[in-house]
Amino acid sequence: MKILYFAWLRTKIGCAEEEIELPDTVKTVADVLEHLRSKGGAYADCLSADKVIRVALNQDYAKDDDAVKATDEFAIFPPVTGG
Amino acid sequence: MIRVQAENFDVGAEINALAGGNTAIGGICSFVGLVRDFQHTKQDENRVSAMTLEHYPGMTEKKLAEIEEIARTRWDLEDVLIIHRYGRMEPGENIVLVVTASAHRKAAFESAEFLMDFLKTKAPFWKLEEDDKGDGSWVDAREVDEAAAAKWEK
Repeated sequence: MKILYFAWLRTKIGCAEEEIELPDTVKTVADVLEHLRSKGGAYADCLSADKVIRVALNQDYAKDDDAVKATDEFAIFPPVTGG
Repeated sequence: MIRVQAENFDVGAEINALAGGNTAIGGICSFVGLVRDFQHTKQDENRVSAMTLEHYPGMTEKKLAEIEEIARTRWDLEDVLIIHRYGRMEPGENIVLVVTASAHRKAAFESAEFLMDFLKTKAPFWKLEEDDKGDGSWVDAREVDEAAAAKWEK
């Protein structure tokens, strides 16, 4: 799955985009986040429960229980601050 | 119409182009957002020397187009223009322009405010402020912006 990071998530994780192979047990947005968290290091730090993040699936805002598939574009970023 | 661009824009020229010959328009409302020379992400008072706006190409255009569509459905509008810049900007520079045109002023005023409120909470942009020492800090989202957007959900 293609994972994109923006703003402080991009700088802390150290890349804007990466391709991640997910196990079959990963079925929802929450599962993807948990899988990334399990990698430890900056991932665990950036995605810890006290961090406020948003997820977009194929460029639409997503909820924790939304279903995911390997061909999705999965983006993680902080609440937006444009305008 | 929406535009996401790095380059600056000329507010007067944009409004004139939008008005251009459409005599059904009775009023045009515009909002211009600027880079403010005021440090609000840190406790000290170092003035902002620059700001860099990061965005999510693709999703940005998608969300802005959706927001425009909602406004056109809710209000009777002759035209809508949203321009949002990305990249590095200095204090005083334009960041965003919203222009709404309608037969009567109420629809133009209300929809312009709606577009700004929705854009601030839904369009995927992030501001990185740079102080006069060159240190960058990501601007935090503000609850008042969420509240402003929520009032339109009624």
